[in-house]
Amino acid sequence: MSTDPPNAVPLLAVQGLAKHFPVREGFGSRILRAVDGVDFEVRAGETLGLVGESGCGKTTTGRMLVRLLEPTAGRIRFDGRDITHLRGRALRPLRRELQIIFQDPYSSLNPRHTVGKIIAIPLQANGIRPPGGIRNRVRELLEIVGLNPEHYNRYPHEFSGGQRQRVGIARALAVQPRLVVADEPVSALDVSIQAQVVNLLRGLQRDLGLGFVFIAHDLAVVRHLSHRVAVMYLGKIVETGARADIYQRPQHPYTRALLSAVPDIERSREDRGRIRLEGDVASPLEAVSGCPFRSRCWKARDRCAVEEPALVAREGREQLVACHFPEPAPAVSTEEVRGEPVAG
Amino acid sequence: MSLSPVEDIALSEFSPGTVAEPAAPGSGFVGRSPGQLAWARLRRDRVAMVSGGVLVFFFLVALAAPLIQWAYGTDPQQQFQDSLDLYGMPLGYAGGVTGSHWFGLEPSLGRDIFIRMVYGLRTSLFIALAAGVITTVIGVLAGVLAGYAGGWLDAVIGWVTDFALAMPFLIVALALVPTVSLRFYGPREAVPSSFRVAVLITVFALFGWTSAARLVRGQVVSLREREFIEAARASGVSTAHMLFRQVLPNIWAPILVSFSLAVPSYVTGEAVLSFLGVGIVDPTPDFGAMIFRSIHYLQTDPTYVFFPGVTIFILVLAFNLFGDAVRDALDPRSNR
Repeated sequence: MSTDPPNAVPLLAVQGLAKHFPVREGFGSRILRAVDGVDFEVRAGETLGLVGESGCGKTTTGRMLVRLLEPTAGRIRFDGRDITHLRGRALRPLRRELQIIFQDPYSSLNPRHTVGKIIAIPLQANGIRPPGGIRNRVRELLEIVGLNPEHYNRYPHEFSGGQRQRVGIARALAVQPRLVVADEPVSALDVSIQAQVVNLLRGLQRDLGLGFVFIAHDLAVVRHLSHRVAVMYLGKIVETGARADIYQRPQHPYTRALLSAVPDIERSREDRGRIRLEGDVASPLEAVSGCPFRSRCWKARDRCAVEEPALVAREGREQLVACHFPEPAPAVSTEEVRGEPVAG
Repeated sequence: MSLSPVEDIALSEFSPGTVAEPAAPGSGFVGRSPGQLAWARLRRDRVAMVSGGVLVFFFLVALAAPLIQWAYGTDPQQQFQDSLDLYGMPLGYAGGVTGSHWFGLEPSLGRDIFIRMVYGLRTSLFIALAAGVITTVIGVLAGVLAGYAGGWLDAVIGWVTDFALAMPFLIVALALVPTVSLRFYGPREAVPSSFRVAVLITVFALFGWTSAARLVRGQVVSLREREFIEAARASGVSTAHMLFRQVLPNIWAPILVSFSLAVPSYVTGEAVLSFLGVGIVDPTPDFGAMIFRSIHYLQTDPTYVFFPGVTIFILVLAFNLFGDAVRDALDPRSNR
């Protein structure tokens, strides 16, 4: 699959996006830099995988994209339009194009509403009148996500986690968005159910031409779905590029460490050079000088403490990496990370 | 992890075959809502059914007071002086209990206790329910506003709540009720009972809304963090939809419980104020006033205090038991 759809203007363009939360501490307050200057683009129909460990700001980034959180700095452009500070009524048209799937299927559905109502609300709120009536459209959506349309009148508590997540997906699809932010949509599910939901998302990607910003900490899942991958660390993107490049030629030490941590049953007994990161993640409460990853990096030198590495391309490829001493050449073999490439 | 306390039980109550099994196509499913499940649990609770039955009985009696008066054939103000002895004590046994005066007669005035209690029930329940409804409405509005809007509005509502909580209820009520009455009516004028009722309800409303407001605020704050609220926001729903369709339906349970536990406290509160003489006063039938009068005859005519005392005890007990049962039905995890 080529990662170059024909249109030149990216569907979503993010520049210098940042979110700082004030944290009260006794009498004063400090600033938590959850997201600290993130740039990326998503083209129509493309899926960008956003990976990183817990607390690296990927969820905050996702929330800002759909304007559930107000960015502190930076710009978000959707389809060429600046949506960074849209409010109230001006947000309405955006809600139809940009939707979100939530992580926790147990808290993302209102327990007092039937499944039919949950899926119908985005249609009603946006004044969409589908040709066959809202009820038929909801049944259709239930069918698309692999649920029995007869379950229209049931309540969320009557469904399993995987089925609820399907309801959440149907709700996001109801308004026929062009881009969906999927915030760890499978991490709360059993592994066997994860595969089903991932396959569903992949089918939607293919059949509906949906673009995704796929947020996850599971690299195998991301590999399954993404065209391009961005790796986040401490509120910044440390490496980004096409899926194949990231998975086969990771250049940032952090990406390499992440990839080496993916479990693999077949190879679990042999020594496969798993990288164990020592040390703690630097606190997002303190302004870090130099490279944010240096506290855990085995390659850190004096320069890393002083100068923050810029996110730049090395070797003329479309793979950007923020490291003074990027990894050369293939470090992780193709076998290392399981997961099939995206079809189509 | 489960979404709401209702759910654990809800799921366990479904037999394995019915939980989200794809059933034969064509058959229409209608799921049971959390509310329906709670109702089913309430139906199975014997204490709830008995106390609920008692409450329904009291309500019917209060509503049908004129009808009962007609059937009973006695007026609450009617005095049966010829059934009293020279000292003003009712003739006969047990405070003058006879076939025509079921609960006996009042000493000295000779009014019929039963029919006065029927009307007293009316006064009590009306004041308690009105106060309960008003405090709940104010509390819910304040709580939802504070919890959902947050920021300075939350802070201001919090201060007002703290202020209202810091006021000693009884002292303020004792000071306020006569003062307000004097403001509108002269010292020699008769204060109509409707005015006294209104003042009582106002006093209860002034103090009572705080607990509901705090409760609702807490619930809304915790709900606001839930993803379905964010999902609704991402769907672009209006604020009204958000508050009335997403938030409120999820806090009906605690609101209902706080209401059903607040009403009996107003019943006793009203009786206390009437007992102390700042609530309902004599010609109007009322439990507190009756018990106040009966204290003087505790030694000579103990049945006078017995009937109103036992009735108000049963009423308040039934309310509390029913409130507890409602809480258990809505929130099965709080079961002992």
